[in-house]
Amino acid sequence: MDRLIEIAQQLVNGVSLGSIYALIALGYTMVYGVLRFINFAHGDIYMLGAYSGFLLAPFFSHFFRFGEFDTFTPQNTLFILSGAGLIMVLSMAICAVIGVLIERIAYRPLRQRPRLNVLITAIGVSLFLQNMTQYRLGAEPKAFPQLIPVHVVEGLGNLTILTSQLAIIVATILLLFLLRLIVMKTKMGMAMRALSLNPTACSLMGVNNDVVISFTFALGSALAGAAGILVSMDSPSINPLMGNLPGIKAFVAAVLGGIGNIPGAALGGLIIGILETLVIAVGFPQWRDGIAFAVLIVILLFKPTGILGKFEREKV
Amino acid sequence: MEDLLRLDKCTIRFGGLTAVANFTMEVGRRELVGLIGPNGAGKTTVFNMVTGVYPPTEGDVLLGGEPLNGLKPYAITGKGIARTFQNIRLFISLSVFDNVRAAFNLHLEHGPMHALTRGRAFSKEECEIENRTLELLKIFNLDRHRDVMCKSLPYGDQRRLEIVRALATKPKLLLLDEPAAGMTPTEKSNLMRLIEFVQETFDISVLLVEHDMRVVMGICKRIYVLDHGVAIAEGTPEEIRRDPKVIEAYLGEGPADRE
Amino acid sequence: MSRALLILFAALLVCLSVSIFGENFIASRYAYYYDILITIGINVILAASLNLVNGYTGQFSLGHAGFMAIGAYTSASWSNHLDPYIVGWIGGAGSPFATNVAFLISLLLAGILAGIAGFAVGVPSLRVKGDYLAIVTLGFGEIIRVTILNTDFVGASRGLSVAGSYTNLFWTYGSVLVCIYVVLGLVHSTYGRGFLTVRDDEVAAEAMGINTTKYKVMAFVVASFFAGIAGALYAHFKAFLTPEGFNFFRSVDVVVFVILGGMGSTIGVVLATVMLTILPELLRALSHTQFVPPAYQGLLENRLILYSLLLIILMLTRPQGLFGDPGAIRKRFTRPGGN
Repeated sequence: MDRLIEIAQQLVNGVSLGSIYALIALGYTMVYGVLRFINFAHGDIYMLGAYSGFLLAPFFSHFFRFGEFDTFTPQNTLFILSGAGLIMVLSMAICAVIGVLIERIAYRPLRQRPRLNVLITAIGVSLFLQNMTQYRLGAEPKAFPQLIPVHVVEGLGNLTILTSQLAIIVATILLLFLLRLIVMKTKMGMAMRALSLNPTACSLMGVNNDVVISFTFALGSALAGAAGILVSMDSPSINPLMGNLPGIKAFVAAVLGGIGNIPGAALGGLIIGILETLVIAVGFPQWRDGIAFAVLIVILLFKPTGILGKFEREKV
Repeated sequence: MEDLLRLDKCTIRFGGLTAVANFTMEVGRRELVGLIGPNGAGKTTVFNMVTGVYPPTEGDVLLGGEPLNGLKPYAITGKGIARTFQNIRLFISLSVFDNVRAAFNLHLEHGPMHALTRGRAFSKEECEIENRTLELLKIFNLDRHRDVMCKSLPYGDQRRLEIVRALATKPKLLLLDEPAAGMTPTEKSNLMRLIEFVQETFDISVLLVEHDMRVVMGICKRIYVLDHGVAIAEGTPEEIRRDPKVIEAYLGEGPADRE
Repeated sequence: MSRALLILFAALLVCLSVSIFGENFIASRYAYYYDILITIGINVILAASLNLVNGYTGQFSLGHAGFMAIGAYTSASWSNHLDPYIVGWIGGAGSPFATNVAFLISLLLAGILAGIAGFAVGVPSLRVKGDYLAIVTLGFGEIIRVTILNTDFVGASRGLSVAGSYTNLFWTYGSVLVCIYVVLGLVHSTYGRGFLTVRDDEVAAEAMGINTTKYKVMAFVVASFFAGIAGALYAHFKAFLTPEGFNFFRSVDVVVFVILGGMGSTIGVVLATVMLTILPELLRALSHTQFVPPAYQGLLENRLILYSLLLIILMLTRPQGLFGDPGAIRKRFTRPGGN
C-alpha cells in the first residue's frame, strides 16, 4: 500500500512538472507547425511571464491581500483564485504581446530567408531578453509573491500534494481544453491548422497568413507565460536565466511528441516531466537535466518524427 | 544488345500511395531511351529509384547484372550512373570550373592527407584534374566562363553545365531529367544535338525524361510510357505515336469511347 | 618536402623565435595585452575550426564548447597526474625541453580525445539536418558539461586546478597556424571542394558521387580536434577550470565569431574573432570615459547584450557577415511552402 502511495506521489510530482513543460512545449510546436521554425527565444517568454507576475503583483496586492492567507477555506477560495487568476491572465496577455512583437520585429523580415538565419536571430533574441532582464532587474534571484496559500491538500491521507501542484495541474487542464476549443472550433484555429499544412494554398484561399502567424505566436506565448506564473507559485524563486533549461526540455518534449503536433506536445511534456521525476526518485538528482538531452538524442536517432508526428519527405 | 540498366518489376510505395507499380525497363549499352508520361506519372520517381534516392519497395534495379538496391546514391554514381535534375541543382556558391571539378572527387586518387602535405603526387593529380575539367568545359563551350559563378550563367548554359558536371563522374549511363524544360525552340534543337553528341562522343547510354514530344521522338530509339505509375506502352517513337493508350493518357477519352 | 609545408614550418620557426626572445618581455611589461593576445589566439582556433563545420560544410553545430571542455579537462588531468613522470623520464623537472615535450603530448592527447568525441557525436548527429542538428549538438554539448559536472575525478562543480601554465605565444600561435593551415589546405583542393558541395546541395553532391556523410563527419572530427587543443591551451592559461565555462553561451560566442566573419571565409572569421575579442575590452575602457553617460556604462560592459543585438541586426541586414558569400547561404534550408 505504501508502495502504491509512493508511486502515486511521484506520479503527481511528475504530472505537475510535466504540465509546465507541456504548456511551454505547445508554444514550440504551434510555431513550428505554422512556420517550420524553432523559436529559440520561447523559453525566455516563460521567464518573462514569471517576471510579469512579479512586477504586477504589488499593484493588486493590497486589494487581493496576497500572502495574507494561510490556507484555503470554502469562504476565501473564490477570492484567492480570482486574485491569482487575474495576475495570470494579465501576465499571459503581456507575454502574448511580447511574442507578437518579437515575431513582427525579428522574425517576419526573415521569412523568405534561409531557416538558418532566423534560427540565429532567435538565439540573438533569447540572449537579448535574458541579459536585458538581468541588466534592468538584476541577476540575483527574486522572490515571487505568494499568490495562493501553499500547503498540503487536506483529506488525501498519506499522499502529499501541494495546493500549488494542484493549481498547476488544474490550470493546465483548463488551458489545454481552451486551446483545443480554439484550435478545433474557431475560424482562427482552422486557419492555423490549414497554414501548418500548406501556406500557399492558405493565402490563396483568402487567409491573411501574417495575422494567423501573429495569433499563433500570441497563443503560444500566452501559454508559456501561464507556465511561468504557475511554476512560480510552486517554486517562488525567479531569475533571468530560468527559461533556459525548461525551455530546452520543453523543446525536447515537443520533438518527443512529434513537432507540429499539439496533443503530441502535451504528451511529450508529461513524459519528460515524469521521467525527470523518476530519475530524481531513484536517487540520481544530479542527472535530472541530462535525462531530457538523452531522450532528445534517442528520439532524433531512432524516430525523428516523434511519437505522434508524421514523416515529411524532401521532394527531390 | 545486352542490358546495361534493368529495372525488374519495380514498385515503390510512399505510405498509402503507390507511385510506381511493377515497372520493368531495360536500357542497353549506347542506347538513347526515353521515359515519358503525363505529369505525376512517376518518371522522376523512377529516376530517384535508379539513383538510390528512394529504394524500391519491391523489385530490383540492376546495372550490368549487378543489383543496386539499397546502395546509397554516391555509391550508385560510383558504379557509373550520373544524373541531372528537373530543377537545376548546381553548386551555387561554386564557380563553373569548381562545379565540374567537384565531380571529379569520385575518381580521386589522393585523400585529405595529401591535401595537407601537398606533395608531388598531389600537385600532379590536381594538375591533371584541372586539365581534364578545362577540356570538358571546352567541348561544351563553357571554358571562357570558367571562373564565373554558376548562378550568373544564362539558363541554357546552366543546364549544359549540369550535364558537363554529370559527365565528369565518368558515367556509363546518364539520366537526364527534363533537360528541355524552359527552353526556346532553338535551344531545344541545340539540346537535341548536344545529347546525341554526348552519347556518341562519350560512348554512354542515356535515359531521358522529357515532356517535349519533339525532343523525345526526335532522338530516342526507344520510349517507355508511364501513366499513374504503371507502364502503358513501350516501343519505337513511331509505335508510341500511334498507340491508343498513350493518346488516351495524354489527351483523355477519345470520341470513340463515348458510346 | 612540399612548398606549402615549408612555408608552414618557416612560420612556426618565426613563432618560436618570437616566443623565445620576446615572451618574457611582453608578458611582464604588457601583461594586459599579453593576456588578450593569448585569448585571441585561442578564440581564433575555436572559430576557424568551427568554420570548417558551420561555414564550409554548412552544418550548424552549437556544441563546440563541449569539445573544448574535453580537451581542457583531458590536458589538465594529464598535467596534474602524469606530467611529473614524463617530465622526470625525459629530462628532469627543470628542463624546459622536457616540460614542453610533455605539454606537446598533452595538447595532442587533448586534441585526439576531443576528435574521438567529435566522431562519436558526429556519426549519429549528422543524420539530422538544420534546426534539429543545432539542437542535437547543443544537447551533446550540455551532456558533456553535465557529465563533467558530476565527475569527481575532474573536480565536478568545485572546479579543477591545473598544474603548470605552459601556454605561451609559441604554443598558442603555433596552433593557430597549424589550424588555419589544415582548414585552408583541406578546403582548397579538389577533395576539399566536396565540403562545399555538401553545404550547397547535399542531394546533388551525392548524385556526383560524393559521400556527404563522410565529409560531414570529417569536418566535425577535425573541428573537434582543434577545439580540444584550444581547450588545452585555455586550461594551461587560466590554470583553473569549471564546467560553467564550457556551457552553451561559450558555444554561442564561437558561433557569433563565425557568423560575423562570414561563414566559409577563414580570413573573415579570423578578423571577426580578433575584433570581437578586443571589442569588450574597448567598450569597457570606453565606458569609463566621459563620453558615456553613467546610465549606459553597465550596458556597454554587458558583452552578451551587445552580442545578441549584433546577431539580430546582422541577420536582418547582412547575413553573410563581413566576408561571406551572400549566395552561399541562400538555398540552404529553404522553407517548404513559403508565403
